[in-house]
Amino acid sequence: MKKNYKIEVDCANCANKMEEAAKKTEGVKDAVVNFMTLKMTVTFEEGYEPKEVMERVRENCKVVEDECEIYL
Amino acid sequence: MTKKEKKNLMRIIAAVILVILCTVLKLEGYLRFAVYMAAYLIVGYDILKKAFKGILKKQIFDENFLMATATVGAVLLGEYTEAVAVMLFYQIGELFQSYAIGKSRRNISALMDIRPDYANVETDGKMEQIDPDEVEIGTVITVLPGERIPIDGIVVSGTSTLDTSALTGESVPRGAKEGDEVLSGCINMDGLLKISTTKEFGESTVARILDLVENASSKKSRSEQFISRFAHYYTPAVCYSALALAVIPPVVIMLMGKDPEFSKWIYRALTFLVISCPCALVISIPLSFFAGIGGASKNGILIKGSNYLEALSKVKTLVFDKTGTVTKGVFEVTEIVPVNISKEDLLYLTAYCENYSNHPIARSIKTAYGQDIDESLISDIQEISGHGVTAVIAGRKVACGNEKLMKRLGIEFEKADSIGTVVYVGVEDRYVGYITVSDVIKENAARTFSLLKNAGVTNTVMLTGDSKTVADKVAEKLKIDKVYSELLPDQKVAILEDIIKTGNGKVGFVGDGINDAPALTQADVGIAMGALGSDAAIEAADIVLMDDDIIKLVTAINIARKCIRIVYENIYFAIGIKLRCLVLGAIGKSNMWMAIFADVGVMVIAVINAIRTLVVKKV
Repeated sequence: MKKNYKIEVDCANCANKMEEAAKKTEGVKDAVVNFMTLKMTVTFEEGYEPKEVMERVRENCKVVEDECEIYL
Repeated sequence: MTKKEKKNLMRIIAAVILVILCTVLKLEGYLRFAVYMAAYLIVGYDILKKAFKGILKKQIFDENFLMATATVGAVLLGEYTEAVAVMLFYQIGELFQSYAIGKSRRNISALMDIRPDYANVETDGKMEQIDPDEVEIGTVITVLPGERIPIDGIVVSGTSTLDTSALTGESVPRGAKEGDEVLSGCINMDGLLKISTTKEFGESTVARILDLVENASSKKSRSEQFISRFAHYYTPAVCYSALALAVIPPVVIMLMGKDPEFSKWIYRALTFLVISCPCALVISIPLSFFAGIGGASKNGILIKGSNYLEALSKVKTLVFDKTGTVTKGVFEVTEIVPVNISKEDLLYLTAYCENYSNHPIARSIKTAYGQDIDESLISDIQEISGHGVTAVIAGRKVACGNEKLMKRLGIEFEKADSIGTVVYVGVEDRYVGYITVSDVIKENAARTFSLLKNAGVTNTVMLTGDSKTVADKVAEKLKIDKVYSELLPDQKVAILEDIIKTGNGKVGFVGDGINDAPALTQADVGIAMGALGSDAAIEAADIVLMDDDIIKLVTAINIARKCIRIVYENIYFAIGIKLRCLVLGAIGKSNMWMAIFADVGVMVIAVINAIRTLVVKKV
């Protein structure tokens, strides 16, 4: 399953870091952060609940970039 | 400017004023130190705070941490002017970046702002504006003059002219009347239209296009992937070499029994930290692609991903389908050559003779004649299969057909040398001339092919199911390098595969999306033309030219090449300057001022360069 989320982040490199952090999260098959449109597209692994996964994604992103936000 | 940007601007101004005051009043000693520190804290407190938070989360390659370390280090070394300067310029750079990105985001979204906000639906005799998403299929919506059609549908009443420029980039008005299919995104120019919707909003043309363009920059190009990988290793590499620079040379020098000059080496290491932020690179690349895709969509060219834009710039071989792409795909009378008879008479006799035939060629001759046909004048019609037609028209025996018919009737004729199907005409067994009917080459085709050569396409190929003579003549006229004719659809794909295997560079396929979806998918870059309203073409292609004009192909390639050129310029420029500053810094030939330029200056220049992509030259 694939879902789009609106994000808030200030710099392009931070967006890259968010993408990496999201990719490493359990339950995420793939993640793409588009800095220009401020969107995160997440593909979930089978059998995971997107809501729970996204909470973890947000937590992991906050570690690498304190001032980012993902609107769930 | 956003609130945050304004606040940062005020901080920058305040710090600058403090620094100027300090210089003008020629402050000395502790007072000077205190004023500088005040300026430093005003402009950099948030960086210090973020750096501290980062340490708690073990994010040591965080740019805030790097900036904080560099400046605090400089203060400790007594270089507090430079500490303030680094912080100040870093903030100026951030502000500029945030402003420039915000502005280009808004600019590009304005280009793509074709999303309709509402649909007028009449309920109980009252017009209401409702969200297009809530309109069900089959609802009758009203579109007033000046409004944008929100949902695809069929006109049930009213006539008007439509401005399709939002979809095609060309403002050629199109008529719309009862029974016509109309596409969302067009602007209703004069009349009032009532439209019965045939699709949901999400499936309508405008929604599909928006979705496509918005998601395009998520398909990352190889340059973008390269730069994120580079950034991933660059920062740690620079930081570790900074550490090495601070420790190894002084220790070695100390072992050699000389003065290690620790502070000198630490200062050099700190300049490394200032250069270590990769933001200039990381921002300018996606920005260029985003601007390129935005500029293209403004011109009626949809590019489905940054990767396709990149591939298009490297296309060396372009393979064309003939009918509908190079030619209009419509048969028209292109030549009327009378012999001992007037042009009008020849056309009149031929049109009458072909009146009862339903062949596309007969139909195009009747269209060219354009007048009503008095059927009482026609008698004794005889259709000879594979040859032509004979008939008696107003008492005269007329024969229209191919060479075989002329030979069969024993009429002497001159063989015509023209592209297309030739209809020879005889009256009372005497040859009176011929009419050529052919699939017309598009107006801009010749110019397109010559411009393509300038745009780096070295090899052009045309594939067609049409006969060899016609195909060869079209190719000769347009200077197409290679032609394959009399092909079946699956042979086209096989030949394309062959070209992809043997050719150098990327191979693009250009088709009209009808019957050539497999080829569009097969090619490195599939380009569909005239795809307005054709879902299949939009689905199968990587790049979609919304209208029929083949010259758009040149525009698309030019945009792609310009975009990639700017991307490479930025990569070489930014990496080049940074590496040079690192080397100069290591041998003590550069200072923190230069490092600031390598960081902030390079970023500003790269962003300005990237924004150039938005400008599209018309061909």
